[in-house]
Amino acid sequence: MKGGVDREAVGRRIMDQPLRIVVAKPGLDGHDRGAKVVARALRDAGHEVIYTGLRRTSQQIVDTVRDEDARFLGLSSLSGAHAHLFPQVCEKLREAGLDDVVVFGGGIIPEDDRPALHAVGIRAVFGPGTPTSEILEFIATAAGMNDAGVGQSSTWHWDASA
Amino acid sequence: MMEATSVGDELQSALNGDRRAMARMLSSIENGEFKPENIPAKPTATEAHAWTVMAITGAPGVGKSVLVDALMTAWATEGVRVALLAVDPSSPRTGGALLGDRVRMTSVDNPTISDRVYVRSIATRTSSGSVPLIVEDMAAFLLACGWERVLIETVGSGQAELRCAAVADRIVVVEGPARGDGIQAEKAGLLELADIVLVNKADLEGAERHAGELMESYALDGEDAPSVLLTSGLKGIGVPEAAKALLSLPGSNRALRARMRERLLAQHERRLVQHPAYNAVLDGLCEGTLDITEALTQLKGDDHERAS
Repeated sequence: MKGGVDREAVGRRIMDQPLRIVVAKPGLDGHDRGAKVVARALRDAGHEVIYTGLRRTSQQIVDTVRDEDARFLGLSSLSGAHAHLFPQVCEKLREAGLDDVVVFGGGIIPEDDRPALHAVGIRAVFGPGTPTSEILEFIATAAGMNDAGVGQSSTWHWDASA
Repeated sequence: MMEATSVGDELQSALNGDRRAMARMLSSIENGEFKPENIPAKPTATEAHAWTVMAITGAPGVGKSVLVDALMTAWATEGVRVALLAVDPSSPRTGGALLGDRVRMTSVDNPTISDRVYVRSIATRTSSGSVPLIVEDMAAFLLACGWERVLIETVGSGQAELRCAAVADRIVVVEGPARGDGIQAEKAGLLELADIVLVNKADLEGAERHAGELMESYALDGEDAPSVLLTSGLKGIGVPEAAKALLSLPGSNRALRARMRERLLAQHERRLVQHPAYNAVLDGLCEGTLDITEALTQLKGDDHERAS
């Protein structure tokens, strides 16, 4: 059990208003299959997903999260850019005062790199083969917390199965 | 910290130009938590501003997003502060939405003009038309926050979709090349409400012919006919001309009755879906415990308008 969250309460809250979630691809790789699959799964779960398209800079992503008033940000990377770009996005979110935005990541991200990403406030890192249901469960859990934002106090992170 | 901020503070910050606060207030308006009557009055059009809210509509795939992006770039470069409310459909089944208009936007990411461009993606949610009526309140709020022009990009829509007339001062219809034979231009509907028509993808075959057909059709309307311009948002063809024409586009009383009818119908629908019993009545219809007549009786307007 992760964080002792009342799942039913979370479900009710989510049904109330759709969550706004930005799905973004920082860096230069041109593969967005994974990002699109995740975006689609989130849509089918009743959320409003703002997809940014390929090759966005950290600043562009942060501006999008701010202007769209997104509660969640999903970052996808397959090129190895995660080690540099994911923490940079988190830092810029905090600089912009977007401390309450929950950040998660996915793509080709080696197990060894994940602790460093969790340490900068990324609450989950999903590898290839993660069932989309697990991502939805993570979203529901984090949405039920009030301190899971990138600039907030929780040290919690989701242990991804893949 | 954000948590400590009251709605009043957030409102004040938004009105003072804080984009984070403005984005949050727009969510509150969209979610029905902040009431429209609390929004400062919408500035009226002046000589300098022929209009404040313009709808850009047209069929899916005619290139609305790219064209809107090109127009915003042109205006922002000249110093105009322009905000876009880009509408995409919500799934009627799950309520979710994939909002992808930003994929084609470059103006928001251009650092030399990005402080004069705001883009917000909006899902239709419970609304049935190509524009949820709540965008009227969101547009008014943007104007109150100092944005000079608000564009509403509708869901890609067909001939009979006139709902944008309920929320905008001006209607721009975007057409593509080779949209059927000449008789399509004669059909009644959206084209009758247009204040201007942009035939986009002008570099492709059939665009000039289609523009010609539209002009011939409008010629029968007499003096009040809208202009027809050729553009290509992607190639930049005709964009400076269109940007200039749109910025000072005069209103017309053409089809005034049809526009008013859309406003009336749209407000009526909004009251319906905001009725406290709306979801219960829908459940009843699904379960067969209510028929349509009983459902309508239950949703008849009483005091609930006050709360909306």
